[in-house]
Amino acid sequence: MTQLPQSTERKMGLVIDLDTCVGCHACVISCKGWNTENYGAPLSDQDAYGANPSGTFLNRVHSYEVTPAEGHAQLIHFPKSCLHCEDAPCVTVCPTGASYKRVEDGIVLVNESDCIGCGLCAWSCPYGARELDVAEGVMKKCTLCVDRIYNDNLPEVDRIPSCVRTCPAGARHFGDLGDPNSDVSKLVAEREGMDLMPEMGTKPVNKYLPPRPKDQIEDQIDILAPLLAPVAEEPKGFLGWLDKTLEKL
Amino acid sequence: MHPAPSVIIFTTCSGLGFGLLFFLGLGQPEVTGFVAFVFYLIAYALAVGGLLASTFHLGHPERAWKAFSQWRSSWLSREGICAVAALLVMGLYALGAVFAGSHWTVIGWIGALLSLATVFTTSMIYTQLKTIPRWNMNLTPAMFLSFSLAGGALLAGAEALAPWLLAIAGAVQLAYWAKGDGAFARSGTTLGTATGLGGRGAVRAFEPPHTGTNYLLREFVHVVGRKHAQKLRVISFGLAFVLPLLLILIPVSGVAIKHIFALLAVLSHLTGVVVSRWLFFAQAEHVVGLYYGKR
Amino acid sequence: MTIQQPKIDTSPKVSDEVRRTTCYMCACRCGINVHMKDGKVAYIEGNRDHPVNKGVLCAKGSAGIMQVNAPSRLRKPLRRVGPRGSGEFREIEWDEAISTAVGWLNELHETAPQKLAFFTGRDQSQSFTSFWAQNFGTPNYAAHGGFCSVNMAAGGIYTMGGAFWEFGQPDWDHTKLFMLFGVAEDHDSNPIKMGIGKIKARGARVIGVNPIRSGYNAVADDWVGITPGTDGLFILSLIHVLMKAGKIDLDYLSRYTNAPVLVNAAEGPEKGLFLRDADGKPLVIDRVTGKPTAFDKPGVRPDLSATFEKDGVTHRPVFHLMAEKYLSDDHAPEAVADRCGIPAKRIRAIAAEIARVAFDEAIELDQEWTDFRGETHSKMIGRPVSFHAMRGISAHANGFQTCRALHVLQILLGTVEVPGGFRFKPPYPKPIEAHPSPHGDRRPGRPLEGPHLGFVRGPEDLLIDDCGTPQRIDKAFTWENPMSAHGLMHMVISNAAAGDPYKIDTLFMYMANMSWNSSMNTKGVMEMLTARNEDGKYTIPKIIYSDAYSSEMVAYADLILPDTTYLERHDCISLLDRPICEADAAADAIRWPVVEPDRDVRGFQSVLIELANRMSLPGFTNEDGTPKWKDYADYIVNHERKPGIGPLAGFRGENGDKEGRGEVNPDQLNRYIENGGFYVAHIPEGADYYKPWNMAYQDWAVGMGIYDSPQPYLFQLYSEPMRRFQLAAEGHGDRQPPEHLRQRIKDTMDPLPIWYETDQQGNEGFTVNALTQRPMAMYHSWGTQNAWLRQLHGRNPLYVPTKLMREHGLQDGDWAKVSSPHGEITVPVMEMAALNENTVWTWNAIGKRKGAWALQEDAPEATKGFLLNHLIHELLPPKGDGQRWANSDPITGQAAWFDLKVKIEKAAAPSDAESQPEFDPIKSPVGTGPKDLAWKVGK
Repeated sequence: MTQLPQSTERKMGLVIDLDTCVGCHACVISCKGWNTENYGAPLSDQDAYGANPSGTFLNRVHSYEVTPAEGHAQLIHFPKSCLHCEDAPCVTVCPTGASYKRVEDGIVLVNESDCIGCGLCAWSCPYGARELDVAEGVMKKCTLCVDRIYNDNLPEVDRIPSCVRTCPAGARHFGDLGDPNSDVSKLVAEREGMDLMPEMGTKPVNKYLPPRPKDQIEDQIDILAPLLAPVAEEPKGFLGWLDKTLEKL
Repeated sequence: MHPAPSVIIFTTCSGLGFGLLFFLGLGQPEVTGFVAFVFYLIAYALAVGGLLASTFHLGHPERAWKAFSQWRSSWLSREGICAVAALLVMGLYALGAVFAGSHWTVIGWIGALLSLATVFTTSMIYTQLKTIPRWNMNLTPAMFLSFSLAGGALLAGAEALAPWLLAIAGAVQLAYWAKGDGAFARSGTTLGTATGLGGRGAVRAFEPPHTGTNYLLREFVHVVGRKHAQKLRVISFGLAFVLPLLLILIPVSGVAIKHIFALLAVLSHLTGVVVSRWLFFAQAEHVVGLYYGKR
Repeated sequence: MTIQQPKIDTSPKVSDEVRRTTCYMCACRCGINVHMKDGKVAYIEGNRDHPVNKGVLCAKGSAGIMQVNAPSRLRKPLRRVGPRGSGEFREIEWDEAISTAVGWLNELHETAPQKLAFFTGRDQSQSFTSFWAQNFGTPNYAAHGGFCSVNMAAGGIYTMGGAFWEFGQPDWDHTKLFMLFGVAEDHDSNPIKMGIGKIKARGARVIGVNPIRSGYNAVADDWVGITPGTDGLFILSLIHVLMKAGKIDLDYLSRYTNAPVLVNAAEGPEKGLFLRDADGKPLVIDRVTGKPTAFDKPGVRPDLSATFEKDGVTHRPVFHLMAEKYLSDDHAPEAVADRCGIPAKRIRAIAAEIARVAFDEAIELDQEWTDFRGETHSKMIGRPVSFHAMRGISAHANGFQTCRALHVLQILLGTVEVPGGFRFKPPYPKPIEAHPSPHGDRRPGRPLEGPHLGFVRGPEDLLIDDCGTPQRIDKAFTWENPMSAHGLMHMVISNAAAGDPYKIDTLFMYMANMSWNSSMNTKGVMEMLTARNEDGKYTIPKIIYSDAYSSEMVAYADLILPDTTYLERHDCISLLDRPICEADAAADAIRWPVVEPDRDVRGFQSVLIELANRMSLPGFTNEDGTPKWKDYADYIVNHERKPGIGPLAGFRGENGDKEGRGEVNPDQLNRYIENGGFYVAHIPEGADYYKPWNMAYQDWAVGMGIYDSPQPYLFQLYSEPMRRFQLAAEGHGDRQPPEHLRQRIKDTMDPLPIWYETDQQGNEGFTVNALTQRPMAMYHSWGTQNAWLRQLHGRNPLYVPTKLMREHGLQDGDWAKVSSPHGEITVPVMEMAALNENTVWTWNAIGKRKGAWALQEDAPEATKGFLLNHLIHELLPPKGDGQRWANSDPITGQAAWFDLKVKIEKAAAPSDAESQPEFDPIKSPVGTGPKDLAWKVGK
């Protein structure tokens, strides 16, 4: 229960590509839709049409501006949901055992019928991955769509989290990060996937692929310059070149 | 952190209540009969009232009993167990004092220890949270324990100990504030580490994920102005420690005046601790605020 | 202690049934799986089999459940009882609604059809609505293209027979360099995101050219934060550098473009026109014979260089004219760098990268194909550079020429319709010759002789009478904007209010929020809609409006015809209109009522059919006087535009086994539903590139009913229709422009793409560019009524670049007064570093009028949200010449939203902390939404 398993058979999780995420919020709403209708209590909304609309979401997309020492500022869209940490503090702080990490796949879940809504798990999470549903009084969090990924009622291809299925840019990947040969593990190795707040010691399963270096086109001009050598300086010379070139065609 | 009244009342009252129980368990004051009944009534009202208040912030208080199950890993669970154990053991001890007029010393000692353990477990609920650097310090349990003991001593009328304990608690409070103010910076957690983008340049939160508020912002982001906080610290420190010390150290004649001064000292201390606890929560910055460009 | 986990059901039932239909949360038209539980919509996801989205779905699409159940849905027909704009209505029955409308319209149909102005906004049934208007007989019909992206669409069609979005797309699977211009997030959104994802997965380069580094530009490897309105200048400079270096595809240019076509160089009425043969075919010099020859003669090898003398007149190939124009140092990077806000070095670097990828990384597919001259090629050569642009470069008064320039750049590189480049989607490519010209005659009781909208070939096609008076209320196809291929919806209300060119009786609109975010000069439009004559009657006497939701426009209508939501209706996304095709396939789709309306509302198109039937409109009525169709579903199945060709191309014929052409199949809709709500006809292998010239494609397209006969053509680097207007302006021909427009036509309608500074008269002191864009999670004005989406974007700050923030002493959350020559607003600001340093911007259409959309009056959309529209006028500031010049492109009339220049000043927070200007609340005809939601339909 709230003790963490020594190890899990698999480490299912997400790999999020910050180089590709365009910040469209598709994953946010798909998640809201699936998880309102499925696992546990619906994700409620308060003051839905009023001055302060505020609802429960399990996945939110932030955006950050990064200003390098030199060059243009960059904007990076940043989806964030539960990272299904190996050393998940949200599990061990839970007084009732409602919060647990599954042995078979490492998914961190809340057993809502045991949740007293004390909020301590959310306090212990550095990532803001847990939100207490106001209507239901229980803690909600990303389930990695545990009711999709093994669901025999879905075609096999759809047995992935709804956020991954819907992501138009393909910036979200799902798989076993405990298996070094899985596609997601290879992607993490190749693109130097990173942990968020490694200093917290939570050992997140989810990884983030950093944006590729940007605004470097001018640095390549030396290689490319011969490409732009004028064929002639004068328009007449250009037409001469044209004649010659056409003959070769 | 959102300074919820329920947790402020809880930590303040139960700290004071278990502090008093600690002294009662040690036989200080050594009272029996109706006087003992009054002492225990006060202690239980504070401790139990505090615990009840803490359930107000639960989404499902009716399931609170389930919280006793996870003592192996959860400080909150341990707190619940300690609190119940302390209340039961001290209840037995109180029965002896009130009705049998006798002090079952061993039971008292156990009850006193459990009372102190309860305060400690409460403090560990906060101390364990790496996500809130201001709480994640040894000084947090030191503060809870010293406050509890000082308040308990005041209530127990431990004239000899109370000034010393108040002085110690005041010193711990100052140290806590001094160290706490730099805790977030020392934790090394920044928006750069939170996003992993710190190596690329200066990171600034741009558009939030939602233009409205959410649970996280309501729960974790509470901005207290620096000047405002300084003022509250002075008030808190004055009421919790300075004034009570003066009130119990001023030599007065007459039992009635002495009792009135003692009562004033207790009320002043209680008010001061409430303000301190408000600051404890309100000034505590959760790292998740970084993601929102807020602290 | 062994760990005991709760047992959970990891295989719950997902739904009772999946109904597959087409999304309508924006104009993307993705396929969706609607999961039903207990007869209710439980969950919506993308349809994996669908050609547009292949399973993915954006935030809007996934939030459809909140749209279908939105509290703002209209419930019953409404008749206005209070003054216009008050929102006071009484509910009426449909019988009364229909009779009222027929009462107003029938008389107009029989006596003066032009007095009906029928304009549709986010209409996805334009082939039907235009058919209705055509049969009503009014010349006054268009959809919203005129204030959206007509520059891109028309620029593309005039240049190469198609543009971006529904006309074509980058070859996402092969392209190695993708260059994106301007705001593009709001059209074709999922396919572009999917495409960018594919490119990124391959590690290929994306270059974003946009003053704002958000959305797609945020993931671009290189960002070009260009000065708004100078895209054309930048593109022409790229063309200059590439031409000068010879990095252009001469073979491609000589074969597939009019670069070798001979142009008359002698002064006179023929100057600048093509040399043609007796059949009217443009002539080129054949390199084999050295003689002028029809461009499409089998075996001809067109010469890009040779000139030709005939009767003492020199004829020079288009390519000469291009060399002359674009090799000029006026277009050198150094000459344009400052104006574009891009260092010359960067322009050269980008040109070099384009050249490198196009020529050093060329692709060869081993695919034989035969061109229209009968020549068989053993390979398909690909130049894997691709481009995309949309409203960003369109919505300027120089947008048409800029769009042309971008198309010309693609063509010079030889990247159009080749592997790795840009590919058309059927029914495109489609040359001008295959498009109708516009029709605007008015004949009481009789239909228009042809479609309203089309492509003018020259002054003879303008819709003006002999005195030069416009035939259309929006003055489309006049000298003011000759090539206004999509009409000018944004001018309808102001022209109707002014009675210029004539008065109308009834304004009939559909899904167009003209009294709010869809108009420039919003306040002015509200005044026009409520203006009264001296006799106290409204200047626009009658207004009928159809919408599914309680939008701001509802309050300004006299009669409301409540539409259904997208899951409660029939629709067809037709090859006759704006289909859902992909580069590899022709495809169309339907919507069908996956749920029945729970309100007394009707699909607008079915209502139009009922109106037509009640008026016995020609086209809708059999010879015996009986109606042809009872509702829209009936029309979709049984209407035939030409024998065998109807709104839907799939499952035609008695057995449903014919595609493209075939008899009516009464079971067609069921077949579509079984197939997932769409139909795909794949282009055969070998026919899928080089489509304009590939005979395999041409033959397939004829078989599909896309063309009546093969239509091979040349790309029009040089636009002869534009030259014809210039010739008129130079004084040639019978139809002459009015004097005040003569010079402008000469200057702007250059047959080769040019760049010109847009009219800055009146902008003195207003130096900051101001732009808007739609957030990807919202579209149109629908988003903010959606309980889930409005949490993402419930208010909009003005984003201000760091430099301007410092200059004006502004900090996040401060207020600023933003003024233009037309008006001022006071709004909250937020700093953005990744932004052109002289540009401010905001999200469009977040701001709402109090009382609209069933939101509470204190909703942040109504208190903090704001529109930039208040700063933009449909006319430019007066110049003192007695004319009011339109704030639009002089060629197409496209609304120049993005030409806005403003001044920004720090301001005190308004006393009520609400964005200014504020308007009185309108009375909501539907009340407001519930306080809390926990929307779970299953148990």
